[in-house]
Amino acid sequence: MASTDTTSQKEKEPAGPAGTGPGAYPGTAAGTAPGASSVTAPEASSGTDDVARERELAGLGAGLDALDSVTPRRAPLRQTLVEKVLPPAVAVVLVLLVWQLLVWAKVTDSYKLPSPGAVWGEVSDAWLQGTLVDYIWTSVSRGLLGFLLALAIGTPLGLLVARVKVVRAAIGPILSGLQSLPSVAWVPPAVIWLGLNDSMMYAVILLGAVPSIANGLVSGVDQVPPLFLRAGRTLGATGLRGTWHIVLPAALPGYLSGLKQGWAFSWRSLMAAEIIASSPELGVGLGQLLENGRTASSMSMVFLAIFLILVVGIAIDLLIFSPLERRVLRGRGLLVKS
Amino acid sequence: MASTLAKAAAGAPAVDHAARIAHVSKSFPTPNGQQLVLDDITLDVAPGEFVTLLGASGCGKSTLLNLVAGLDAPSAGSIETDGRPALMFQEHALFPWLTAGRNVELALRLRGVSKQDRRPEAERLLELVRLEGAYGKRVHELSGGMRQRVALARALAQDSRLLLMDEPFAALDAITRDVLHEELTRIWRETEVSVLFVTHNVREAVRLAERVVLLSSRPGRVAREWRVDIPQPRRIEDAAVAELSVEITEELRGEIRRHGQH
Repeated sequence: MASTDTTSQKEKEPAGPAGTGPGAYPGTAAGTAPGASSVTAPEASSGTDDVARERELAGLGAGLDALDSVTPRRAPLRQTLVEKVLPPAVAVVLVLLVWQLLVWAKVTDSYKLPSPGAVWGEVSDAWLQGTLVDYIWTSVSRGLLGFLLALAIGTPLGLLVARVKVVRAAIGPILSGLQSLPSVAWVPPAVIWLGLNDSMMYAVILLGAVPSIANGLVSGVDQVPPLFLRAGRTLGATGLRGTWHIVLPAALPGYLSGLKQGWAFSWRSLMAAEIIASSPELGVGLGQLLENGRTASSMSMVFLAIFLILVVGIAIDLLIFSPLERRVLRGRGLLVKS
Repeated sequence: MASTLAKAAAGAPAVDHAARIAHVSKSFPTPNGQQLVLDDITLDVAPGEFVTLLGASGCGKSTLLNLVAGLDAPSAGSIETDGRPALMFQEHALFPWLTAGRNVELALRLRGVSKQDRRPEAERLLELVRLEGAYGKRVHELSGGMRQRVALARALAQDSRLLLMDEPFAALDAITRDVLHEELTRIWRETEVSVLFVTHNVREAVRLAERVVLLSSRPGRVAREWRVDIPQPRRIEDAAVAELSVEITEELRGEIRRHGQH
């Protein structure tokens, strides 16, 4: 059996394989490096030649890696302050300024539009009486507990819908449809079923937040690149192991944005429930505070309540969800600084 | 002159094999009926052998690799492999939520390596692909060449007798590809793993392989085989590599031209 005759070819090509020195381009023409020994026929290849080749290769590889790698850089504190903190602070100051100007210009009666100072007085009064923290804690503790319940129910539900075809066909459309149903609509039936108590509040929160969390997970799973699933399968991650090691971590960004939305829905649902269903046994949360302000015709109390509801919503997002999301995205190189 | 191995020779009874592909056909349903992608492919990979599968687009070489990897089932024929083969893709397919080292460790974990053995083994494998010190690096912090090396380390972590490679260096620049050819040859010689390497790059095929198998297109059939006896270590610019590449390219062009004639 005749095979490729390499020797005769070598003789026809006196240049032979290119003997290139360390750092030289392997693609360039032959025999330019003075120190290389492989200009002669490869049969002369000895151990020392292999070592030289090895060293050259390692050097080339290291150079390529150094040229091509990305080193992540974190912005200095000063830059963060100027780029991230200053603009919203200026925006808030501008809004307050316009508000104060409108009050000075007497565009409407003072009971309809209290001055920023009057609302601030309401805040410091409530703080001095010690009720401010109570209002906030009543609502926030309800909201967070309800959200955690929604998390515990929405996560397995979302996973089932995403991974089991029959379940998806059966309740997938209903689940995404439920997202567009305002959770206020659940307050009347919840009051009738459960009465005016905390469980009714939690029921409303769950009905508002569970679909968002489940849908977030479903869309997260749907967006997992098929390549990851194939790679996982060749590594032996199938069935539950595939779900745990590949699908869930790959779906994490989608799941987190579902959680973020789930919190927003929890908070909104709770406020709706608190405004509509006020009762002395329930204690005064932010929703009740708003309703009390309306019945007392105290616009500054109404503004105080709206202000607090907004601040709590933003604070939870800024303190919990945004850092979590940023961490996950940055770890995957998905948060590119421009 | 390179010789052609007779197709029948590949079907001769082998004592031992890393992969035995026997009379495998694969067709996919299309709106116009079944389309035959692979037609009666018979191919053995001997233990420790390096085989490249070469073909133009539409020859079904990736389909064949998927079949060998067990990601899809053949329509006819049989495929035997010694254990589950490892598979490396054109894209690195590393998991971005894990560090380079953890990617390798996941493969070890799924293979059943105990917890305390994983870390040292992952570091050994990273060293083998010359990435010592990259254990804690995130995937996006690595260059294209480094990513493919981690992917190679992860594939090796499966400890398979057979490594399947689906154009793993096609997306890299020429110099990086050159370096990785050298690394792959070195690792192949050190580990005694069998390699079935798919490519459309004739020079790459000749540079790496002990045997080059040319597939025809639509449907894919084994058109010709060449045994490459050029001694390793080779270089892609070696005259012998070039000469055989010219011959194979001529054959490949002939295969492609046949499709333009009707």
